[in-house]
Amino acid sequence: MSNHRRPGENRIVRFFLIAAAVVLLGAMLVAPLVLLLAEAFGKGVAAYFDSFSKPDTVSAIIQTLLIAAVVVPVNTVFGLAAAWCIAKFNFPGKTLLVSIIDLPISVSPVVAGLVFVLIFGSRGWLGPFFAAHGIKVIFAFPGMVIATLFVTIAFVARQLIPLMQQQGRDEEEAAMVLGAGGFRTFWYVTLPNIRWALVYGVLLCNARAMGEFGAVSVVSGHIRGQTMTMPLQVLALYQDYDSVGAFAVASLLAFLAVVTLVVRRVLEWRFRAELGYAGSL
Amino acid sequence: MSLTLAAGGRRRRNALPGFGLTLGITIFVLSVLIVIPLGGLVARAASLSPSQILSILSSPRVFSAFRLSFGLAFIAAVIDGFVGILVAWVLVRYHFPGKRILDSLVDLPFALPTAVAGITLTALYADDGWFGAPLAKLGLSVAFTPWGIFVALLFVGLPYAIRSCQPVLADLEREAEEAAVTLGAQPAQIFWRVILPQLFPALLTGIALAFARAAGEYGSVIFIAGNMPGISEIVPLLIVIRLEQFDYAGAALLATTMLVMSLVILLLLNLLSIWRSRQYV
Repeated sequence: MSNHRRPGENRIVRFFLIAAAVVLLGAMLVAPLVLLLAEAFGKGVAAYFDSFSKPDTVSAIIQTLLIAAVVVPVNTVFGLAAAWCIAKFNFPGKTLLVSIIDLPISVSPVVAGLVFVLIFGSRGWLGPFFAAHGIKVIFAFPGMVIATLFVTIAFVARQLIPLMQQQGRDEEEAAMVLGAGGFRTFWYVTLPNIRWALVYGVLLCNARAMGEFGAVSVVSGHIRGQTMTMPLQVLALYQDYDSVGAFAVASLLAFLAVVTLVVRRVLEWRFRAELGYAGSL
Repeated sequence: MSLTLAAGGRRRRNALPGFGLTLGITIFVLSVLIVIPLGGLVARAASLSPSQILSILSSPRVFSAFRLSFGLAFIAAVIDGFVGILVAWVLVRYHFPGKRILDSLVDLPFALPTAVAGITLTALYADDGWFGAPLAKLGLSVAFTPWGIFVALLFVGLPYAIRSCQPVLADLEREAEEAAVTLGAQPAQIFWRVILPQLFPALLTGIALAFARAAGEYGSVIFIAGNMPGISEIVPLLIVIRLEQFDYAGAALLATTMLVMSLVILLLLNLLSIWRSRQYV
């Protein structure tokens, strides 16, 4: 009997496969999250909240928020512009353009930081020029912003492009024929169609911008109280043997990640059609 | 990785506005942020003489770092592929309590900052950690050895493998399997001869993405690796060390080599998956 089935329909096989998947994902994904909370609250709730009163940690949180405040709007505008020309128009070189947008995802974060040190560093091409004008790029805020922009450039665009291609341009053309201007067409026709994919793209971009380690690490110089971001602060506190402090900061970042995933789930569940088949990246 | 482009564009004149503006923004941002900096990287590496390049790349420390980064990334990506098939299968074919939570958790390594992954995996696999203690009793130290790097790379690559396989498994036609059943095939035969060939291109894409991500991974690895030269030192860390010594050209050479190797391997895997998918269609 059991031989005449599609594979995996045998009850024993099914049980073992489910058990194996649950145990694997539990060990690989759930255990780290649980451990994170256990360590952060290991010396009590008071110690946990105390760790956010240290000036260096506060400064790292502020730096992270400031970087995201610049990076997310820029990448949102870029994502909308790129998606508009790529999804709504045909032109030679489009495939190349899409490949270049995807490129930063397969570049090591360290290399993403390195390329800007080569340009703006003290021995870089433009470094001496900027130094002569008193502008610090590397080991300062601008460098950290640029490196984060590089790493997160694709996130909004990648959510929008497949969806907008799928939707075509009929609705926009109808609006134009009816006399709406370009901006009105975008605002009242395109934007409502893509808003949830846009929300998710922005959220993902934000989570990645706040959590970026490698690229920012290379350009930041790790100056405590000045150029530290939250992920860098996790490493610094960890190296100081301040376990509760390191895990407390890490728990904030993990919370942000979990919120991002939950919002994604909710959006998918409520607005599946409006999200299109945008990949999880 | 590659976004699907709407093929076969309609030949009528496009009435939508904003093409010039959005394409201009896109090309400007991509040039300034990605193309020129990466070009600068390659130019800097090319400023070295062939004998300098040879002596840097053939030094034992560099060679073992490349072997470690790419070797471990490859093994981790392949194992992620196996786990990916299992988890995607269970999530697509079976219903069980907690399935949706598990499904959402799969994306955790995408969204969780690498520093957070690094610090939690280190605590988890340290010799006194939840997983590390039992493993240490068996004589296997994970944290601060190459095994630790392997664990971190396995973690960061996991979602790519699962998310690549999932949609393909979901879209498989039931009829093909049922036909195989009526022809008297065993479940294992059906899995190997009917399902796996159709899954193979997606699986390879997932492995390729996991590999690309793992080869360049920095944040989580430096926490857990112990970073001993020649033993547990990865290429991105070597780049950072060269940069700290103001050896820009050496850092650029390592980065360019890593970039070229990643792109070549990605290209080969893509070609392989195209070749395989042609064979079975």
